[in-house]
Amino acid sequence: MSSLTVQPAYKRNKTYTWLFYLLPSIAIMLVFFIYPILLTFFYSFTNLALTGEAARELKFVGFDNYTRMFEDSTVTVSIWNTLVFLIGSAVIGQQVLGFLIALLMKHKRRFFRRVIGTVVLAGWVTPEIVCALCLYSFFSDSGTLNSIIGAFGISPIAWLFTVPMLTIILANIWHGTAFSMLVFQAALDDVPSDIEEAAVVDGASRWQILIRITLPYIKQTITTNMMLVTLQTLGVFGLIYAMTGGGPGTKTTTLPIFMYNQAFINYQLGYGTAISLLLLLMGIVLSLFYIRSMRD
Amino acid sequence: MTIGKRRLGLIAASVLSISLVIGCSNGNNGNSSSSPTSEPSDSASASASGTTGSGGDPAEKTTITITYRDDGTGENGSMYKWITEMAADFPNKNVEVKPAPIQASEGDYFAKVALALKSADNAPDIVTEDTFILNSDASAGFLTPLDDRLAIWPDWTNGSFIEALKKGVTASDGKVYGVPYNTDSRGLWYNKEIFKRVGLPEDWQPKSWDEVLSAARTIKEKEPDIVPIWMNMGKATGEATSMQTYEMLLYGTGEQLYDDATDKWITKSQGIMDALNFISTVNKEKLGPPLSLVLNGQAGNTSAREYLPQGKLAISLDGSWIVGNYLDTGASPWPEYKDVLGFAPMPTSQGQAPGTITLAGGWALSIPSNAKHKDEAWEFIQFALNKENSLKLVTLLGSITVRADVGAEPSYTQLPFNGIATEFLQNAEFRPAQDKYPEVSTQIQTMVESVASGTSPEDAMNKYASDVARIVGEENIAER
Repeated sequence: MSSLTVQPAYKRNKTYTWLFYLLPSIAIMLVFFIYPILLTFFYSFTNLALTGEAARELKFVGFDNYTRMFEDSTVTVSIWNTLVFLIGSAVIGQQVLGFLIALLMKHKRRFFRRVIGTVVLAGWVTPEIVCALCLYSFFSDSGTLNSIIGAFGISPIAWLFTVPMLTIILANIWHGTAFSMLVFQAALDDVPSDIEEAAVVDGASRWQILIRITLPYIKQTITTNMMLVTLQTLGVFGLIYAMTGGGPGTKTTTLPIFMYNQAFINYQLGYGTAISLLLLLMGIVLSLFYIRSMRD
Repeated sequence: MTIGKRRLGLIAASVLSISLVIGCSNGNNGNSSSSPTSEPSDSASASASGTTGSGGDPAEKTTITITYRDDGTGENGSMYKWITEMAADFPNKNVEVKPAPIQASEGDYFAKVALALKSADNAPDIVTEDTFILNSDASAGFLTPLDDRLAIWPDWTNGSFIEALKKGVTASDGKVYGVPYNTDSRGLWYNKEIFKRVGLPEDWQPKSWDEVLSAARTIKEKEPDIVPIWMNMGKATGEATSMQTYEMLLYGTGEQLYDDATDKWITKSQGIMDALNFISTVNKEKLGPPLSLVLNGQAGNTSAREYLPQGKLAISLDGSWIVGNYLDTGASPWPEYKDVLGFAPMPTSQGQAPGTITLAGGWALSIPSNAKHKDEAWEFIQFALNKENSLKLVTLLGSITVRADVGAEPSYTQLPFNGIATEFLQNAEFRPAQDKYPEVSTQIQTMVESVASGTSPEDAMNKYASDVARIVGEENIAER
């Protein structure tokens, strides 16, 4: 009886409650996400500057900032650097390494899992700037790495200057792998062991089980994780800025660093916002690509 | 069960990471000059408290704030010491003067100042402006023209301020936007003890770039552990890279950044190539400091406060002000500097006329357009930059005075190197008073850093040419 009276009332209010509960998050999205993006879009068509005559009055410059971007050779370098950093540290580094650690830890003793898991997690819970400082001192001229190779009689190498991209990639891998590891651990735990056991009974090798059963089973997770890690890596700024400052030259200038330099070192806020939209576009394109590949 | 395990893992991870953090900070403590000291402070919070503070005080005091760059020395900094002393001595007791430092690298300071000046709520009442950006900030409408006030200030009109240096605070519209408080010259600081050990003359007067390089080569050969020559070469050292290194070289070839006769920026020339080749040679032959030290925002402090006083550096192409560090009141007291250091003028590339070269810059006190207490600010500037207080400031900073009457004071002329540094100014060049100079300057820094890290001078110059063309417009550039 009572359920009969309750249900229609619940159904009648359904749309309103839905809206009511979502209202705070919609408001937050509007104020902190949609509005800034629209504003950024608007400013990217202006000559907004921090100082100089352009700072006195805001003028529309049409597509000037965008044409400038195509003429600017540093933009090409920055896009390239961003892709190298993204593929090196996110797609290959965090993703593959995270998966490997998760896979190797599966079915291992609890003590082993706990120790390894903790060590990997340490990189993740470390704040970005602290992580950057740690790895800076690790790679710096009189740093840990040079002390270690010095013990073997090898003369010190200026890591941050001879292989700057590699150092920031390794830093980001160290910082972010734990996230992928946790995601894959959860996914691997969900792979039913009876399927694997059946495969073993049928005479499948470990490699065959991995390729034919495990990977297809966690495909969705791989794509989701890829997207999350990609978007996170695209926005990495503090780590690179603190370790190499985008240098030497432009060797580690990724789009976020380039954007910062244009906006706050060259005082060209308008141009900076245009670059930030390029970064946003890159994120959208990559996300769409991942989402499509997830559907197939 | 699994949750418990995770939580345990998380706790262990946080403990581990905290220990990592502590490990890091311990490692940094050894290097006292590069770790930021004192409480964090930024202009926003400081000036905000300044404006609210006036209402809170029972005595109805007006609070004015002064923004300046804190390079990490905090309360040991010369500017901080001078401002607090001025604030205490200021006769108008109804006005409270508060320092509002911006803790930033040289490159970041100007962006932060611009943001502060732009904001009606956070603008300080007085700001220290480098003369290279003064014109830009004036064009942006950030600063108050001071002509009317200056016209009735006797110190300004009776010739106390050196007339030629008023040019540095006059913007392209012909109005004066600041009162200069110091100027500087640049040259080659060298350690006489090292020179003596390797058999170089203690009274060193190089006649050309080759002689500078050959001295550096001698030092490298005889004392391989010593850095032969230090020049700032990174983007992170900002204007120091443009002015102390590149422009000192460029103007020494007879070339200029900007041709006043044709109103064009010179973006390709043999002079530019020569300047870049010098930088390239220094790095190729490893006559300079390790790149990791010099491409760092702290590079200027590392050379002046650590390497030079510790005898780890032989020659430093730097500003006349670095001796301010070595006074008892400085960041790195070094009583022996008077005898150990020599200051040689930078020769022109081949020794051609005028034989030596220097660039002159300087800083000024300006009143932002958004300042809330302009009258009080002006009253304070008049007091703080009078003869007596100007002397205190240039003595603390170790820089050259812009006041003729201070220049004649025995206590000023007695300071070592002040005479030489002022002599250098005879052949001084100034940076172009152009609205676009600050932006061009960052392109210079990019060019110099790329050459230092291995890009060929030609490629770097081509990139510079196209970047500058984009900034100032194709019609405003020239190639020679």
